[in-house]
Amino acid sequence: MRYAMAIDTAKCVGCGDCVVACQTENNVPHGYCRDWIVENVSGSYPNVQIELRSERCNHCDNAPCVRCCPTGSSHIAEGGIVLVTPEECIGCGACIESCPYDARYVHPDFGYVDKCTFCKHRVDKGQNPACVDVCPTHCLHFGDLDDPNSDVSKALKNRDWKVLAPEAGTKPQLYFLI
Amino acid sequence: MKEELFVSGRNIPNIDPYLHLWHWEIPLYLFLGGLSAGILFFAGYFYVMRKERDMSATIKLAPLFVPFFLVIGLGALFLDLHHKLYFWQLYTTIRFESPMSWGAWTLMAVTPLSILWAFSYLRDVFPNLKWPYAWLDKLEEILKKYRKAMAWVLMMLSIILGVYTGILLSAFNARPLWNTSILGPLFLVSGFSTGLAFTILLSKSKYERKVLTRIDLIFIFTELFFIIHMLMGLQAGTQVSLEAAGLFLGGEFTVTFWVFVVILGLAFPATLEVLELRGYHVPGWIPSALILIGGLVFRFVILEAGQITRYLY
Repeated sequence: MRYAMAIDTAKCVGCGDCVVACQTENNVPHGYCRDWIVENVSGSYPNVQIELRSERCNHCDNAPCVRCCPTGSSHIAEGGIVLVTPEECIGCGACIESCPYDARYVHPDFGYVDKCTFCKHRVDKGQNPACVDVCPTHCLHFGDLDDPNSDVSKALKNRDWKVLAPEAGTKPQLYFLI
Repeated sequence: MKEELFVSGRNIPNIDPYLHLWHWEIPLYLFLGGLSAGILFFAGYFYVMRKERDMSATIKLAPLFVPFFLVIGLGALFLDLHHKLYFWQLYTTIRFESPMSWGAWTLMAVTPLSILWAFSYLRDVFPNLKWPYAWLDKLEEILKKYRKAMAWVLMMLSIILGVYTGILLSAFNARPLWNTSILGPLFLVSGFSTGLAFTILLSKSKYERKVLTRIDLIFIFTELFFIIHMLMGLQAGTQVSLEAAGLFLGGEFTVTFWVFVVILGLAFPATLEVLELRGYHVPGWIPSALILIGGLVFRFVILEAGQITRYLY
């Protein structure tokens, strides 16, 4: 089993619903976010291109945050989801320093490191992550890459895609459809 | 034109707009760790070389400061933790992939050993001292018998400690400035050089200072070579490495780095040390103080600059 997400950059309108859904679902502290939207504008008028990306933790196969964690608090759970065990986290910040995507933060109230969990509590029940379900343009696709009939496998089948900073060697599992 | 911005809004403290999670605690700790490694290595080395009489500041006096340095360093590390009450989780596991894990274990071994070493020499430095308990006398006698073994272990552990202060940073491949394997050796020689400088500061024997100054010069030149080596390696790298090197070659850290680290922290004190060896009268504390300050600034600069560098996508 390998959970992954495909983000359709051609469909995303940058509304930010995924961000708010995540904050609500996961009780994210005020002013913080586990997912965010990047707008990338390139070219000059009239040849301007805009790419909108809903980004979050890449749940890397070769996760540097897991490698650098001194206590084993950052770990890879079933299905490749990268998680933090708060009771083992000392808040040293090694994982934050090691993440090329800046996808982690120190929880302001509790001090442990917090991040996107792919809404594991929902996924365990067979549901999608909150961001995926709330997206009004259906541009987020989640599922098991090993299952050819999953939403994410189907989305990747006939489209070109890219991952972020592949040269970092992290083998990220967020696929951006282009 | 190419422009990238967070349209959903994102301003996470210490992470946006650029990473600034580690503050003064980490470079201070890296400095004190390197300094302690330098002092302990040469204490062990000259003990094994049977120079106890000629090199008393190196073997006896300087190591008395090490437990304090290490405890202050560990205190700084502790302050840096955000989930402080769980710090003991560090010592429930060893993870060889994570430099911070085996570094924490190294410190766990070095700190008590440095206390024992200092304790065994305490009465050599303060001859009038009397232990209030008889078991302390016994302990001192036992420790005196095992000094040679302690010296060897200290030498090995101090090399690990010195390298660790650099590898801690170079393990983070997300920060291109740090992600160079030269950082380990560079921090090792820099730490050893500061350790020597500190010992020279304490020594009153002309012979001892001469010996230490000569070794220190070798370390300073090695360090200068490694710094150039590091910048050459980055300059020959990818775009992210070029941007990292650019911070020191015209970028915002250029003056701090070249003036306070390279010139005032290495080149100028090295010149003074050469002059001193040639017989000119130079106040001994000046080169030592400059090297120590340079070493501290060096770690602050590398830490601050490294956190700015990142992958671009």
